[in-house]
Amino acid sequence: MTFEYAPAPESRAIVDIKPKYGHFIDGEFLPGKKHFATINPATEEVLSQISLGGLSDVDKAVAAAQKAYTKTWSKLSGKERGKYLYRIARILQERAREFAVLETLDNGKPIRETRDIDIPLVAAHFFYHAGWADKLDYAGLGKSPQPHGVAGQIIPWNFPLLMLAWKVAPALATGNTVVLKPAETTSLTALLFAEVCQQAELPDGVVNIVTGDGSTGAAIVNHPGIHKIAFTGSTEVGKKIARAIAGTNKKATLELGGKGANIVFDDAPLDETVEGIVNGIFFNQGHVCCAGSRLILQEGIADELIEKLKVRMAKIRVGDPLDKNTDLGAINSREQLSKIQELASAGDAEGAERWSPACDLSAKGFWFAPTIFTGVTQAHRIAREEIFGPVLSILSFRTPQEAIEKANNTPFGLSAGVWSEKGSRILWATQQLRAGVVWANTFNKFDPASPFGGYKESGWGREGGKHGLASYLKEGK
Amino acid sequence: MASSKKSSSSKTAQRLEVKKTYKLYINGAFPRSESGRVYEVTNSKNGFVANPSLASRKDLRDAVVAARAAQSGWAKATAYNRGQILYRIAEMLEGRADQFANEIVLASGVTPKKAHDEVLAAIDRWVWYAGWSDKLSAAFGATNPVSGPYYNFTIPEPQGVIAVAPAESFLALIDAIAPAIVSGNSVVALVPGSAAIAAMTFAEVLATSDLPAGVLNILTGSHDELAPWAASHMDIDGFDISGIDKKKRAELKVAGAENLKRIHNFDGAVSPTRIFAFMEAKTVWHPIGV
Repeated sequence: MTFEYAPAPESRAIVDIKPKYGHFIDGEFLPGKKHFATINPATEEVLSQISLGGLSDVDKAVAAAQKAYTKTWSKLSGKERGKYLYRIARILQERAREFAVLETLDNGKPIRETRDIDIPLVAAHFFYHAGWADKLDYAGLGKSPQPHGVAGQIIPWNFPLLMLAWKVAPALATGNTVVLKPAETTSLTALLFAEVCQQAELPDGVVNIVTGDGSTGAAIVNHPGIHKIAFTGSTEVGKKIARAIAGTNKKATLELGGKGANIVFDDAPLDETVEGIVNGIFFNQGHVCCAGSRLILQEGIADELIEKLKVRMAKIRVGDPLDKNTDLGAINSREQLSKIQELASAGDAEGAERWSPACDLSAKGFWFAPTIFTGVTQAHRIAREEIFGPVLSILSFRTPQEAIEKANNTPFGLSAGVWSEKGSRILWATQQLRAGVVWANTFNKFDPASPFGGYKESGWGREGGKHGLASYLKEGK
Repeated sequence: MASSKKSSSSKTAQRLEVKKTYKLYINGAFPRSESGRVYEVTNSKNGFVANPSLASRKDLRDAVVAARAAQSGWAKATAYNRGQILYRIAEMLEGRADQFANEIVLASGVTPKKAHDEVLAAIDRWVWYAGWSDKLSAAFGATNPVSGPYYNFTIPEPQGVIAVAPAESFLALIDAIAPAIVSGNSVVALVPGSAAIAAMTFAEVLATSDLPAGVLNILTGSHDELAPWAASHMDIDGFDISGIDKKKRAELKVAGAENLKRIHNFDGAVSPTRIFAFMEAKTVWHPIGV
């Protein structure tokens, strides 16, 4: 028996998208000179025109941030700074549905995720950091730790507003001011956030948002008025940033790529594990740096688990991101779709076996069916390179030691998963895994109180929790 | 007889000192540089002091291999055990304090009082760092109150293999090594110039301590030569460049970006953040339920 689901679209009437946006600098929107279109990746409909920020825009934004730092923000007490952050958190909660719909339109991710995960976490992030603002003496960094000054923040398109929150909330709580550049394809929620700053009466220049592409980001990284860089994106760009700031005193946190191993031991509860695997790789269309993109199965249960996984995957609903029943939305851009297609083809060419459930994919927009590859070896590109899409590479192991060796056999070290009913085995595996976040019997969970970040080439530093504050502060006395 | 004449005449001559050959310290052994090179350490009063080994790129690679092989075992040793091994090294340093002071005087020409003070400060600092081994999780770890039925905790772990390039002094060497190894990292130390003399005597202490072979490797020679190779080595995770000239740090950071090496320099302040700089925070989630 098959269930037919009637369409259940979320109304987009709640959002009001302007035909054109400028940059948000010193508390007001300044028109840009050049523009580019931002589209809905599910329909290719043009949503708005976004300003392409150049050197002069970045200059203005940095000057505004410097002025705000010296004149207002650094003079405020932590208590008062915190109250601004609480205001922002509350306004975000009030306007949560508007943000969720706008994010889904601009990004392509399902409304179920923006509504239930992204936006609630955004508000939580501001609320959490608000409380830190007047308690920094207890962050383990000595007495009266000091901010760096102006933070240049460059964020990706996979969790647009959530990445903004991960960057802006700790920066403001610790007393820094901000110049932020959203990703080229997903600027709209950042620009709506600018309105939240206005409603919260945040002093002018404390948060500045310059939209644009990679060249705009480079202008921020190289600007001499920036004291600290916070970047989330690819390892390739992360290395470029590391080189660019080598001769400067700029501090940097880098949250980069991953190739997360999800290890399933033969005593794992298979039905729960299948849910965890699906969440690990198909959450947010697999556009997740910490995705569980390498499934490493103990041989005895591999066949049974793969069969169960296929049955579950056949029930994943791919389609209109605004539909409340949709599980898997649109790929964020044509460029990203080509990357996924290219790597999946490499999987075919190198001899792995591809499987996807039957899916009706719309001719318009960018889509990729949930996909698994079996018979993958460690030498295959799909086992080594980050695909950043709904594509799972499946490997197997016999001994626990072999599982760990395979899991750690990567230059990345962002996330890992372990599935087992045995406590001592989970703790053992957790100890052996070289990854900054280990999910045991769960996957892809996030919280502002929980530090996030990678080992090795997955980046520098942590975001969230007590550990995330350290990168925005100079050690006190 | 000729031999008895000789022995009677030597009664009036000074006894000839038995001098030490200064080699490298790699994987618990004392090899010469594979390159066969040495360099001369002299001091302005006495002239020639010694010919320490001038370590080569191959020596660096050998040291990294040894350090990598030793690291996981060292990290797995209990924190109590690591603390005791390091404390034992301090006990041995104390017994040899005069020897270190004499060597510092000989190699660098500072006054005996200053040299002695430096050695005692180094020993005390070593003891201070040793005591951190079983307090790192308390200071740098956390249990995190996440919004859901999950137990969530963060623990600090060693990064792996750390290279250190301290300034040309015994105290700077101790200051660089102690915070890097106490957490469970293994170390390749690049010791410049005249600091080689006391450093290799320090290696003799290490060789008779319970520190596993390969955890701490000491190369002597030139920072200009060794540091760029360390910066670009893909199996080194972190690099303390406190002893590198400010103007030369940027090129090392550029080279180190290839594997996103954690490259830090410290201003000499004694701080536990010097330990944490070469650790990674690992966060673990597990559901809570019946």
